[in-house]
Amino acid sequence: MSEINNDRRQFMGKALAMAGIAIAPGVMLYDVKAGNDGKPASSKVRWGMLIDSNQCKEGCDDCVTACSTENGLSGGKKSTDSQWIRKVELKDMRSGRSLNLPMMCQHCEQPPCVDVCPTQASFKRADGIVLVDKHRCIGCRYCMMACPYKARSFVHEELHDQNPEVPRGKGTVESCTLCVHRVDRGESPACMEACAKAGHNAILFGDLNDPESEISKRIRTVATSQIRADLGLNPGIRYQGM
Amino acid sequence: MLRLLTTILLACSLSCTASAHESSFTPKLDIGKGGKCVEDEATMRSHHYELIRHQRDETTRKGIRGGKYSLADCVDCHASKKNNSVLGSSENFCQGCHEYAAVKPDCFECHSSKPRKAAGGVK
Repeated sequence: MSEINNDRRQFMGKALAMAGIAIAPGVMLYDVKAGNDGKPASSKVRWGMLIDSNQCKEGCDDCVTACSTENGLSGGKKSTDSQWIRKVELKDMRSGRSLNLPMMCQHCEQPPCVDVCPTQASFKRADGIVLVDKHRCIGCRYCMMACPYKARSFVHEELHDQNPEVPRGKGTVESCTLCVHRVDRGESPACMEACAKAGHNAILFGDLNDPESEISKRIRTVATSQIRADLGLNPGIRYQGM
Repeated sequence: MLRLLTTILLACSLSCTASAHESSFTPKLDIGKGGKCVEDEATMRSHHYELIRHQRDETTRKGIRGGKYSLADCVDCHASKKNNSVLGSSENFCQGCHEYAAVKPDCFECHSSKPRKAAGGVK
């Protein structure tokens, strides 16, 4: 994951895009947003989140509960239970300052989970959402080892009564999907909705590529950071107040 | 003599095939709500898997929703009214026919065998 590598990828991407224009001038292959209209997800959009740890309240886990309800997770916290989002408390021992924040898949621009996947089951959608294609996943769990955020879970047991919109099954790896089924119909992720309902508004979801979106405006005006920015993965989840 | 024998054999085999079509071996399926399918019956019988397999890649990897073929749509129409599912017994739509054809579908290890709620879900 060196910078040289990234540059090379971007160069190849641009080269391919140019080739695409040369092949079909005037033909738009992708439109802006995925949805029920039968159009694919577009690379013009990059979905992301801004989490304001100052607004995130200690003891509140509404985002975690909402995620479990939406995606049909058990809500258990054993090492074998699927956890797509976790509440984390950080404490600076010197100053005594403590922080609360939710941690989940960071939807990296350069996702290590995608790099290591031997079957290309881990993939990044055109709009930046990192997903597992469970039709291809063989359950090897390389991606779980590669993820620096410990964001992925493995399904150990047979499951029943899954949410019809969120297929999940034994022997596959899974993680936060940014509620892709909701996003595709123009809604926001369940955690953001729950946080807003609780009156905290610590989670803001939006298009990082649109300079007019609320998330882009906030990122331009306040200091935000990415977790383990040193890895150069460019996560789509940003944090404020860290 | 040979011709007579052939005729008798042929007639016998024909009657056997005819009776097999209406025998108790064919699955008695509860087709649920049913109605007009996305393709005709013969196409669906022989090619339904190719149709939904194509759609699954389009939807999962590219994010194309609302396609003509969708497993969730199959379940919505064909879930039994008795147990609200396409699985459960040899009368249920998916299980019944796959049992008859001795094929084990693994769709429902991950996908729900129950229809989506009436409130607008993603197709």
